[in-house]
Amino acid sequence: MAKRIGMEVAIAAAEAVALCNIDVAAVYPITPQSHIAEHLAEIVADGRIDAEFITVESEHSSISACCGASGAGARVYTATSSQGLMYMHEILPIVSAMRLPVVMGLANRAVSGPLNIWNDHTDIMPQRDSGWIAFFAENGQEVVDMSIQSFKIAEDPDVMLPVVLNIDGFQLTHMVEALEMPDQKEVNRFLPDYVPYATLHPDKPVSMGTANMPEIFTEVLKAKQEALVNSKKTIIKVWKEWKELFGREYNPVETYKTEGAETLILTMGSMGETASIAIDELRKEGIPAGLIKLRLWRPFPFEELKAAVKGAKRLIVTDRAVSFGGPGGPVASEIRSAFYNEKERPIISSFIIGLGGRDVRVEDFKDIILKSIKMKKQDLDNIVFYGVRE
Amino acid sequence: MKQKKWPESWHEITPGCMVFEPGSAHAYKTGSWRAQRPIWENAKCIKCGVCYLFCPEGCISQDEKGFYTADMDYCKGCGICAHECWPGAIEMKEEES
Amino acid sequence: MIEIRWHGRGGQGAVTSVELLALAAIEEGKYAQGFPAFGPERRGAPVLAFNRIDDKPIKVRSGIYHPDVVVVLDSSLVKLVNITEGLKPDGILIVNTTKTPQELAEALKFPGKIYTGDATHIAREELGTPITNTTMLGALVKATHIIKLESLKVPLEHRFGKIAQKNMRACKRAYDELK
Repeated sequence: MAKRIGMEVAIAAAEAVALCNIDVAAVYPITPQSHIAEHLAEIVADGRIDAEFITVESEHSSISACCGASGAGARVYTATSSQGLMYMHEILPIVSAMRLPVVMGLANRAVSGPLNIWNDHTDIMPQRDSGWIAFFAENGQEVVDMSIQSFKIAEDPDVMLPVVLNIDGFQLTHMVEALEMPDQKEVNRFLPDYVPYATLHPDKPVSMGTANMPEIFTEVLKAKQEALVNSKKTIIKVWKEWKELFGREYNPVETYKTEGAETLILTMGSMGETASIAIDELRKEGIPAGLIKLRLWRPFPFEELKAAVKGAKRLIVTDRAVSFGGPGGPVASEIRSAFYNEKERPIISSFIIGLGGRDVRVEDFKDIILKSIKMKKQDLDNIVFYGVRE
Repeated sequence: MKQKKWPESWHEITPGCMVFEPGSAHAYKTGSWRAQRPIWENAKCIKCGVCYLFCPEGCISQDEKGFYTADMDYCKGCGICAHECWPGAIEMKEEES
Repeated sequence: MIEIRWHGRGGQGAVTSVELLALAAIEEGKYAQGFPAFGPERRGAPVLAFNRIDDKPIKVRSGIYHPDVVVVLDSSLVKLVNITEGLKPDGILIVNTTKTPQELAEALKFPGKIYTGDATHIAREELGTPITNTTMLGALVKATHIIKLESLKVPLEHRFGKIAQKNMRACKRAYDELK
């Protein structure tokens, strides 16, 4: 029976991964992911799971080791943050191109320049094009649930793609909170053994990670795009199954008090919970505001987002990242693009918040919503660095 | 030289572009690139195997007597075997046109 | 919902305190958060740690700016850091010090309730070390009744194993001897 416990979320993530009986973990520690790496290493060292923990010398090596191990048919996990992910960057599109179901826990941390160890999304945004499935977790329970779900989704024969689970660094990883940890029997019932599509084995040799000529490269990338887009079907199917087994519901786009909302605010990650309190307070004050929480980042949930936003006058997209010199925050730009061809669409504004661990409070969300209600359309077209001291 | 057939549509691409016929380079006979061919003088050959080790094509093999020859289907005539041969037992001869 | 801020020095176990408190509250079926002020710390530097405890799920994830309770593990911090910053005027201040609540009230001009206890002394006697994090948990429970003292037993055992008993005793003493 699942147990209600208090646990630090990073530790809980490691425990959830252990429940999935991984075969190989290649992890290099980096703040704020370090507790995941350390605890997973402890679990393997204590012999609680039969796995190989490869103490690699860098993140580039950790993802490369995962790539090779996955190719050999192992169930593989890694975790990193910020600069570690940047160091993995060149291998990420290769893992997805090779259709290897590697699962990664990403403790979101600001990317350097200047050095900053605190939470924002500037590490995951540059990896949008890598072809990985990407989720955002909002609280400790979701971190546990989605870590386990990720393996099932990644390994599904209709998917065969790597998955990255975004866990806000410090805000989530270092938070002790209440959650329900599923027990081994329940996880075993949900997650079967990994049956690879093909493995690197001398008895049945295959070549993986081949070179491709210009003559077929377009077709190859189209095939990868189709695979990622189609994976949404499986993701929704797995989430349905999770609800039946565990009673907790997961959707690509979560809505909170959006009925009759004129103004919607969109968040990703743990700040969504803080935003929900702002919505509660605004509603009490008679302001028709609502909250949209984007859980599925890649593949982008176009239909679900359009359905969630329907009828709203304004959509405030909060980004915890910047695309310098671009048209807006990364998420705002994508959402504007998603709505481009819609006859009816809200005024979509881009608010950059919470950079480098800058705290985002209930008051800030209320302020953003109230401000944007007063702002003229042309002002809403500009990127707002919320809270910047001029 | 066998002609390579590209998959016509993206549907035909195997997942991850996996190649299920490993060693398919075998079908690509690079011997046609040759302008010179290596000729072994077995009287000078000391059977050290250096030519076999250095051949970038990996097409040199040992016969039953222990002497070496190159597989002409694949030998590109690069001359490395002749260059490396210590006793100078290999000579590169022009291919007849 | 109660929001608590802990003041300590790096190495004194403030983070452990918030973790134990959160776990104890969760044991009781409540909802809780325990987290440090995030960042690199070094031994001896002033650090902060926080708790939120509520009977309903806690949604807010920002920092704590107006705590209801402030706990100070090290009396040397009273002069160094503004320990009452943001503390609600009707809040509770609990300090590890040899001074009396009246003396602190005069010095800090804090209008709310002040509790003091010589946790360092208790810790030295019960634990043989001046680490006051578990001891002050007892003081906090007595001052706020935020959880039952017994709820600390399981988290302490889990965390400290053989020396959990001593820590529980230190807790109980601080609970009993709180001024």
